[in-house]
Amino acid sequence: MIRTKKLTFSYNAETQFDFPDISCENRESLLITGGSGKGKTTLLHLLGGLLRPQSGEIVIGETEIGKLSGRQLDKFRGKNIGIVLQESHFVEALSVLDNVMLASWLASGKRNEKKARGILEELQLGAQVHKHPSQLSIGQQQRVSIARALVHDPKLLLADEPTSSLDDENALIVANLLDKPPQEHDAALVIVTHDQRLKQKFQNQVSL
Amino acid sequence: MIAKIALKNIAYRPLNTILSLILLTASVAIISLLILLQEQFERKFSADIEGVDLVMGAKGSPLQLVLSSVYQMDSPTGNIDVDSASVWMKNPFVKSAIPLAFGDNYSGYRIVGTTAEYISKYQATFAQGKAFSENFEVVVGSNIASNLSLKIGSTFHGSHGDAEEGEVHEDHQYKVVGILNPTGNVIDNLILCNIGSVWAMHEEHDHEEHAEAEHHHDENCDHEHESEEHHHKKEITAVLFKMKNKMALVTWPRLISQNTDMMVVSPAVEVNRLFTLFGIGVTALQYLAYGIMLISGISIFIALYNTLKERKYEFALMRISGAGRFQMLSLVLLESLMLTISGFIFGLILSRAALWFISGAAADEYKISFDPFEFVWEKEGLLLLLTIFTGIIAALVPAIKAYRLNISKTLANA
Repeated sequence: MIRTKKLTFSYNAETQFDFPDISCENRESLLITGGSGKGKTTLLHLLGGLLRPQSGEIVIGETEIGKLSGRQLDKFRGKNIGIVLQESHFVEALSVLDNVMLASWLASGKRNEKKARGILEELQLGAQVHKHPSQLSIGQQQRVSIARALVHDPKLLLADEPTSSLDDENALIVANLLDKPPQEHDAALVIVTHDQRLKQKFQNQVSL
Repeated sequence: MIAKIALKNIAYRPLNTILSLILLTASVAIISLLILLQEQFERKFSADIEGVDLVMGAKGSPLQLVLSSVYQMDSPTGNIDVDSASVWMKNPFVKSAIPLAFGDNYSGYRIVGTTAEYISKYQATFAQGKAFSENFEVVVGSNIASNLSLKIGSTFHGSHGDAEEGEVHEDHQYKVVGILNPTGNVIDNLILCNIGSVWAMHEEHDHEEHAEAEHHHDENCDHEHESEEHHHKKEITAVLFKMKNKMALVTWPRLISQNTDMMVVSPAVEVNRLFTLFGIGVTALQYLAYGIMLISGISIFIALYNTLKERKYEFALMRISGAGRFQMLSLVLLESLMLTISGFIFGLILSRAALWFISGAAADEYKISFDPFEFVWEKEGLLLLLTIFTGIIAALVPAIKAYRLNISKTLANA
């Protein structure tokens, strides 16, 4: 579960963000919507601990992440948060399987090949495990990103515009994939998006 | 895992990798080859002048005299009269004096007339047989015995002069009576006999020449002048001296060159001069090699720096998966170090291969061989440190950039 209180952030004097308090329990999904320039991605980065807020607090599970040191935050993020980005980035030199295993290794110190393979199978990427990510279609790449975000059983899954570059069919697949794990793994899911297709699927919404 | 990513990354960009590797390999190979050559060359040269304080021979180039009489590499400066030489050989300052007389070769190996003392000077021991005692009995060095498959009792004809193609002395046969164990010295490539053999061989030879009224110019022997006289003057080529009194090392060169038509030189001084001459070339080559290493460092730097632009998402991604800053720093450093260390290893292998070829060529031409499997730990260890240092310096800026990467900014601008 994740909860924020009076979160503010500013890049400079002109752009000042005051975010509404949000909360999302385990097994729940939250959709954060808003037009461009409203700070959707900034909020997501704050929730993921990639940025530090100017003021306010973020509690994930029992931990207030603002109080963690840089190194502790890296560890915490690796262990408890899975992030799916708008565009999929990979370690280009590594195969699909190695990319997923790398995420597991960074989070837990274990490569956990069996689990990585299992998740990739589940996302219908069983035939692609030894390919390089660049050889996959965009839809497949986004599914690998999800596999990577889930391989270490995070307590919080964050997704930044996960469907914006996908067609309807793939967007639906991805939306379903994202929605499933919170139910199964006792995690919270927060998606920031302006994608109308997702607004129909997720009930719990906050607008910036 | 970090090492695996580093390795995969190196393999993923083969062109960059190959360029950096080639440059590194080349520079390490050149430097390591120079180290080996210099080390082994100096050791061999120093071993051969062991126990030779002064060399006496006909006037000419001092270096030539040393090269010809101590190292058996160059042509002699000429011959000296045995009577005038023996005056000095009997001098009380002299501890030992070994006369040398050159004239012939067999299959390119020099036949040297000398005394048994020459064998003991190099601490050579007999693998088979004994020292020469009669004329035309010879003792052969270990290399010759194996290369020409000579055994005790084998006989052969010598050819005149230094060249393998020289005129063959048909009248007399040399007979092998002893074979030496390997010493690593010049003696391994010599055929030794008594001085009488050399004289006997050429006396008849000259008579023959005289009879045919052939005036044959030869830099080794000035026999033509004396062949007019019926009394044949006995000549030798050089004398190797070991002195009791080291003052003679200073006084003799001047004394002898002023009073006789001979000269004495100190091989240590001449060899030092040779090394100094070599040194200039070696230093120039070393600078060249360090230059190549610098370029390889720059090439690694450029490769890492350029790919950093595309790889920053990769780094951001690893960071959001829980990687620390330090892991990113070590990834970049590790890639550079893997390149430089494999370059170092390839360089060492290449330098050994090159030395092996050089050794083969030098053994044929100069009768010097090098050991490609020697490691000069001290200098090559320094070279390894230098290579690692190059790798670290080249990776420093990219590694720090990876360390300081702003994840949020990188991903937001994607």
